[in-house]
Amino acid sequence: MTIDDFLKQDSEWLKGTGPNSDIVMSSRTRLARNIDKVPFSNWANKRQLEDILAQVSQAVMATNFLKDATFFRIKDLSEVDRLFLVERHLMSPEHAKDVEFKGLIVDPKEIVSIMINEEDHLRIQVLQSGMNLRECWRIIDEIDTEISKRLPYAYSPKWGYMTACPTNAGTGLRGSIMIHMPALVFTGQIGKVLQAIAKLGLNIRGLYGEGTEATGNIFQVSNQASMGMTEDDMIDNIERIISQAVLREEMTRKNVLSKNKEALVDRVSRAYGTLKSAHIISSAETITLLSAIRLGVDLGIVKNLDKTMVNELFILTQPAHLQKLEGKVLTSNERDVKRADLIREKLK
Amino acid sequence: MLCDICGKNEATVHLTEIINDKVTKLHICESCAKEKGAEMEEHFGLSDLLAGLTDLGTGVEPELVTTAKCPSCGFTYDDFKKMGRLGCSECYEAFRKYLEPLLKRIHGANRHVGKVPISAGKTIKDTQTLQTLKMQLEKAIQSEEFEEAARLRDKIRELEGKGKSGKAKG
Ligand SMILES: [Zn+2]
Ligand SMILES: [Zn+2]
Repeated sequence: MTIDDFLKQDSEWLKGTGPNSDIVMSSRTRLARNIDKVPFSNWANKRQLEDILAQVSQAVMATNFLKDATFFRIKDLSEVDRLFLVERHLMSPEHAKDVEFKGLIVDPKEIVSIMINEEDHLRIQVLQSGMNLRECWRIIDEIDTEISKRLPYAYSPKWGYMTACPTNAGTGLRGSIMIHMPALVFTGQIGKVLQAIAKLGLNIRGLYGEGTEATGNIFQVSNQASMGMTEDDMIDNIERIISQAVLREEMTRKNVLSKNKEALVDRVSRAYGTLKSAHIISSAETITLLSAIRLGVDLGIVKNLDKTMVNELFILTQPAHLQKLEGKVLTSNERDVKRADLIREKLK
Repeated sequence: MLCDICGKNEATVHLTEIINDKVTKLHICESCAKEKGAEMEEHFGLSDLLAGLTDLGTGVEPELVTTAKCPSCGFTYDDFKKMGRLGCSECYEAFRKYLEPLLKRIHGANRHVGKVPISAGKTIKDTQTLQTLKMQLEKAIQSEEFEEAARLRDKIRELEGKGKSGKAKG
């Protein structure tokens, strides 16, 4: 697989399938792992970093799960390609900086990706569409076990998996769920819901933008603690809390539909109208309007659009994706024009 | 000291970054710090925690804290306070005194009860299972599920017995 092959397929996290996929966009697990007796990536010397890169990529590519995966050396990729991988959630924004010794392994379906020499030697990630955190954990657990047969991990019975930052020590597990809650935002209840989630020990942030001002009404919720609980309990805990938020959003959608339908239809239709007719549009405005349309599709207000296509637009309209589609570097103004062109074409 | 980025405001945030073996010290003001984004925010989150810890007083002398050094990688606790990251896995044991209360604050616990890697061997797995069983036992007693508690107690005895006989032979 090349980067261009990825461009031609749908990202796993935007497929719009799986349980609760009208509200939950995607689920993700991440494991932080390090090789035993080797300094962490930000403290290792050049020779050690080069060794880590070679050792990890060899071990990973030898597993059954990842024998067809592609290895990328980040420094060999263009700036646009690096950003493209970040936009597709295959690597973190930090991984696109100080790229000298960094690597990335991605399976052909974009379900599994492994960052090498990010903050930890390995950051394994598994993505699934919809509310599927348990499945994410099942897959990542197997992959991790496979890798551990080939790489000696830094582990102690007391501290568990030891990581560069103590915030990830223990299980090294972070489970996160991306959730679209436009009705709760629309009715002003989102603040209360976010507070309740935070009180239960989960982290919450806007996918685009910060805090409750999240553009596109998409929030990413993940566990804060990674030590003192088994992985199964952690996953159950997140799913249980998110299920409550999903129920709330569902109820609120029904409520708005029965009590305030005109306002809702008005908002969705205006969003649709703007996207169908704009000739210059920013990324932030696009995301806000796509959120409204996505809600319209979920509630049957917009009937002739396919959910996967709407989801796809969330990512295709991002800067690096637009530039990949055009095959050249674009200025911000040029992108706003190309973005509008693309959306009009897709919504025709 | 003025901010390295804007040169206008007083620098209140002091950072050490190590990029490709090169140590860069950065002194910046609050507003520039905010602009530097999420990566820094994470860092501040931890420094806040660390600052909070020294405020509360963990019973550890400040000088002791800064000079503690990992025998394996040479990282000092002072480095950790500046960077918010540790040098190697041995640092956990080297800075145990300071890390235990910190871990407790971050996670609400400072012991691992989850997965055990295969390579870590069977003995560890037994210790681990034992820890989990003991936690379950405590829960069972608290919720007055005595049948379950009895079952767990038997399992714990069995495992503990196994450990002892193993030791006697070895
Ligand atoms: Zn400044
Ligand atoms: Zn160390």
